[in-house]
Amino acid sequence: MNLFKSPRRLHVNGVAIWAPRLPGWDSARAILSGSAAAPATPATRPSPELLPPNERRRAPDTVSLALEVALAACRNADLAPASLSCVFSSTHGDLAITDYMCTTLASAPAQLSPTRFHNSVHNAAAGYWTIGANCARPYTAITAGAHSFGAGFLEASAQALSSGENILFVSYDIDARGPLATMAQSSGLLSAAVIVGPQRGPRTVADLDMTLHAADGLVASRARAGNAALVAGNASESCLPFMEAIALGGARDILCLAGPNLGLTLSLRPI
Amino acid sequence: MAGVQPPRITAFTATCAAGSGRAELLRALRTDLSGLRTNDFGREPLATCIGRVSGVEGAALPAPFARFDCRNNRLAWLGIQRDGFLDAVHAARDRYGAERVALVLGTSTASVGATEEAYERLTPAGEFPEDLRRPEVHTPHSTAAFLQHILGLHSLAITVATACSSSAKAFAQGARLLELGIADAVIVGGVDSLCGSVLFGFNSLALISRDPCRPFDAARSGINIGEAAAFALLERSGSGPSLSGCGESSDAHHMSAPHPAGRGARQAMTAALNRAGAEPGEVGYINLHGTASVMNDEIEARAIAEMFPAATHASSTKGWTGHTLGAAGALEAVISLLSLESGFMPGNLNARELDAACGPQIRLASATGRLRYAMSNSFGFGGSNCVLLFAADPAA
Repeated sequence: MNLFKSPRRLHVNGVAIWAPRLPGWDSARAILSGSAAAPATPATRPSPELLPPNERRRAPDTVSLALEVALAACRNADLAPASLSCVFSSTHGDLAITDYMCTTLASAPAQLSPTRFHNSVHNAAAGYWTIGANCARPYTAITAGAHSFGAGFLEASAQALSSGENILFVSYDIDARGPLATMAQSSGLLSAAVIVGPQRGPRTVADLDMTLHAADGLVASRARAGNAALVAGNASESCLPFMEAIALGGARDILCLAGPNLGLTLSLRPI
Repeated sequence: MAGVQPPRITAFTATCAAGSGRAELLRALRTDLSGLRTNDFGREPLATCIGRVSGVEGAALPAPFARFDCRNNRLAWLGIQRDGFLDAVHAARDRYGAERVALVLGTSTASVGATEEAYERLTPAGEFPEDLRRPEVHTPHSTAAFLQHILGLHSLAITVATACSSSAKAFAQGARLLELGIADAVIVGGVDSLCGSVLFGFNSLALISRDPCRPFDAARSGINIGEAAAFALLERSGSGPSLSGCGESSDAHHMSAPHPAGRGARQAMTAALNRAGAEPGEVGYINLHGTASVMNDEIEARAIAEMFPAATHASSTKGWTGHTLGAAGALEAVISLLSLESGFMPGNLNARELDAACGPQIRLASATGRLRYAMSNSFGFGGSNCVLLFAADPAA
């Protein structure tokens, strides 16, 4: 049974991705579609253009990654960052700051850094984005564990359908640090952004039909093995099949898990 | 929600320092009985007051769910069983099916307290102690995942983590799921529990008061941290008050300081009123964000003074509960719903002399009246604002 009652039509109006071996959408599109090899040397962390220069180096990895793809997706879509409501999704949030907070609390709690504390909130990346983009539109920051990409995509789509506007969706996770790495597993840096809207935009990438099903034993679509290896182990790696399908172009159906028993089928159709 | 009936709130409950369940909470509000106490949480308690829920430590989870055990999930389990809420959830699941009942849970720190404890008790090899080697609790989705499992839900279960607006935004998100037909019932709520991160974190920002917090008092000196679990069941029809408007906005100003002119707060209040088609004069009670921090209260008081008529009764209830962070939106939604039902409107407990920025809307003393609308404000770090507007059940 389709939980949407009927298929829902949206449009993919912009995309972006960043990982050390997928450094930006133009190169990622060539790599993911098999027409270019991944760079032998991983790229270093992006420097968020939207932050004041003195804050760029100090920005947490999550902020840096999320702002990079958010801005790139707006440029890809030719849409103004300040005009978009947004949904930020991350499985674990900033694992480096969680490690710092827990380490400091165990040794010298009174010395906790106020900046690191306010950066520890799950909505830090979203907050920095709205400040940098001077965006007064609402944002949300969500997690759904291993299903954060699918659940976040569903929320972004729900907002687009409800508001009739374009929604910026950003997904990111970073590598785990310290003792927490044995429990909250994630490696490497990865972020992806998709702008979905109920109307085609200036640079629509694909049309998108969605269905939502609850069932046991759902198996998510997979990216090609060589592509999956580029981001393997990152807690947000479930974004890759969708991004690969966009890179490949053509009509493709991607099953994305939005929960343990919840499948979001994203049917991409060329425009 | 244009053209769509606003969601009905068919069940709701809250557990916080001021009371476990609706009756205790309303009694505490009516009798000016604060739940705040001298901080007795953790190894080296800071000199402050806290809103601690009694009995969380003893509220073990049912054995099959022991892997989710932690303070936050115990508080969630304790809270969801009050006021027949669990029965209402089970009835909704039976009526609509497990794949039609969604869960949207707001939290700011989830169960990070369990991760903090693991770091305090690392083995000599630097690993987590054996009893805390449970990945389920060392991630921000911990509590929503726990509730999804224990309630047997197969629809969307999602965590909203936008700091102090988290569980207000859960109501807005839940309403969208109903509007789009993705679910037939949505459990929305918030759970946040005391932990070192927030006590020492707010301390590092010099926002913590040593004394019981005094929202909107001219001599207020900061916030007290509290904990709470609060839930509401949203359905497309049924009896009960309705969620007639939600307003969301971003300050786009600073990570931990509000916009000086309250731009985002005003936008969110205006959006909630517009969505409901309500005039400011129709709002009988506003439960303010009112953390008792110097800046928040001044900015919020100015916005209220300019936007609402003198007859509106507005107050912060954090003098009873402390600031329950990610749970505050849902807790104060419940207090607003109690006001709609009972006609009782709390004052500003602990405040003695109101700040000069306060207009006649902000009251020291409680009052009673007949309410059509009640509003609840939640403003969070990262400039995330969410305002909920509830309407009384016309049949009540």
